[in-house]
Amino acid sequence: MNKLTIGQALKGLKEKKFSAVELTQACLKRIKKFEPKINAFITICEKNALENARKTDNARQRGSQQPLLGIPMAVKDNFSTWGIKTTAASNVLENYIPVYDATVVKKLKEAGAIIIGKTNLDAWAHGSSGENSDFEPTKNPWDLSRVPGGSSSGSAAAVAAEMCLAATGSDTGGSVRLPAAFCGVVGLKPTYGRVSRYGVIAMASSLDSIGHLTKDVRDSALILSITSGHDPLDATTPDVPVPDYTKKFNQPINRIRVGIPKEYFIKGLNPKIKEKINEAIKKIEKLGIKVGEISLPHTQYALAAYYIIQPSEVSSNLARYDGIRYGFPRQKFADEAKRRIMLGAYTLSAGYYEAYYLQAMKVRTLIKKDFENAFKKVDLILAPVSPDLPFKLGEKIDDPLQMYLSDVFTVPANLAGLPGLSLPAGMVDNLPVGMQIIGQQFDEARLFQFAFTCEQVINWHQKKPKL
Amino acid sequence: MRKFKLSSEKVRHVAQLAGLSLNSKEIKKFQKQLSEILDYVEILKKIDTKKIEPTSQVTGLENVSREDKATTCLSQKKSLANAPVKQNGFFKIKSITEKWN
Repeated sequence: MNKLTIGQALKGLKEKKFSAVELTQACLKRIKKFEPKINAFITICEKNALENARKTDNARQRGSQQPLLGIPMAVKDNFSTWGIKTTAASNVLENYIPVYDATVVKKLKEAGAIIIGKTNLDAWAHGSSGENSDFEPTKNPWDLSRVPGGSSSGSAAAVAAEMCLAATGSDTGGSVRLPAAFCGVVGLKPTYGRVSRYGVIAMASSLDSIGHLTKDVRDSALILSITSGHDPLDATTPDVPVPDYTKKFNQPINRIRVGIPKEYFIKGLNPKIKEKINEAIKKIEKLGIKVGEISLPHTQYALAAYYIIQPSEVSSNLARYDGIRYGFPRQKFADEAKRRIMLGAYTLSAGYYEAYYLQAMKVRTLIKKDFENAFKKVDLILAPVSPDLPFKLGEKIDDPLQMYLSDVFTVPANLAGLPGLSLPAGMVDNLPVGMQIIGQQFDEARLFQFAFTCEQVINWHQKKPKL
Repeated sequence: MRKFKLSSEKVRHVAQLAGLSLNSKEIKKFQKQLSEILDYVEILKKIDTKKIEPTSQVTGLENVSREDKATTCLSQKKSLANAPVKQNGFFKIKSITEKWN
């Protein structure tokens, strides 16, 4: 049962083939069996999850139609959960128990989802491999000697290892899309402001985007229909209507124009990944979809701009951790948080602000304009997610700059506030490869529609790791 | 191009600004790592941005306000629930002023 998608599980629950308690038990059993190998979770909520599963079974008996009723989900441990420890994988918050729910958590609970546990991550969501966790790294279910990608490392690994049906994630520079690609699952980073950030531990507030990881595109669309919308508690969420994204799949697709940015197919890209993406493009073209080359000329500057803007905002957001109101004092910050705090304190300090932060914000404008120009010619952009395959644990941990380069293809969407989806594109050397579909702001409907079509022709998403 | 080098005094100063205490071994390590990263971001200086406006809010929202109306907030008990030290319903911290005689 834990192998089902949300769509399949809801059907089974409605047809009374199994109960939410049985479904939750199946996930918990799977977690118990493989958690020692994978370390996807920081907290497992066995008792609460079973109790809530029982409640959802009763609600279904009474005729409830909640859209996620009885679905066991995992929540990244930087989402505040009322009464459940929320650590952001940092020793600073090792003992922190929030007294309120993040808006997304509240919405998922109201939709009937069951929180089965809190997943591991790079501490404070700082990282591309999961290795910056203060509670031991998560392993990639496809190859336990390799990283699952980060920062939503535990969420991606838990979905890939079928320990839950879906999981939440946050994406500031690729933290949902990269682990989704490395673990062979579907990862969505919505438009900036589409989903409320309230209660998600802030990393870089102008970039943070709240997404999720699922087994297929339809589940991703279903969850976004629930989590998105205006929230008075997050002033950056505009009142843009929320459609039922799952209802858009059957519309004709052949008039969509897709752009391939030439700057993403550079020599740093693993040639086997390039080949895999080109295979996918050929399949898409066969459907009559127009695919053509485009240019995003400032791409080469995106990562540098990101590594000024992001640490600057990090240094400001992490200033609140003083150990007075909750958590432990600042001595408990580990190296990566210290690096980013200091980098940000430096780039924002008197005499350096204009040369660094202001210049990076101007470059951000140029990157955003590149996309605006491209979207005059095409509806969607297709690119790789990562320049390389999942790397070995420990391979890049002592070289922060090399680690940062993992985000080179994902940060532009954050800088421009665009939605991006990582879709499994197949395997190279027995490891998953993801392709990235980038859409226009608040145009997730078309993004899903195209991703769904790609998923059908690539037809790889049902492949699972052998554990 | 000349390699960017951050001085150890600067690292110590920035750490102090950020409320972080570092030992000399850490200062040496961060000096090297931060210099490498700052060296990498130097490429931004090549771009002419004289006529470009900065972007801070990417979806174009401006001056978002709400009605000035009181709503419910966390109770005192909840607000103090995670405090390591509290007294008489307050957060208790170390003295930040000189003691009175």
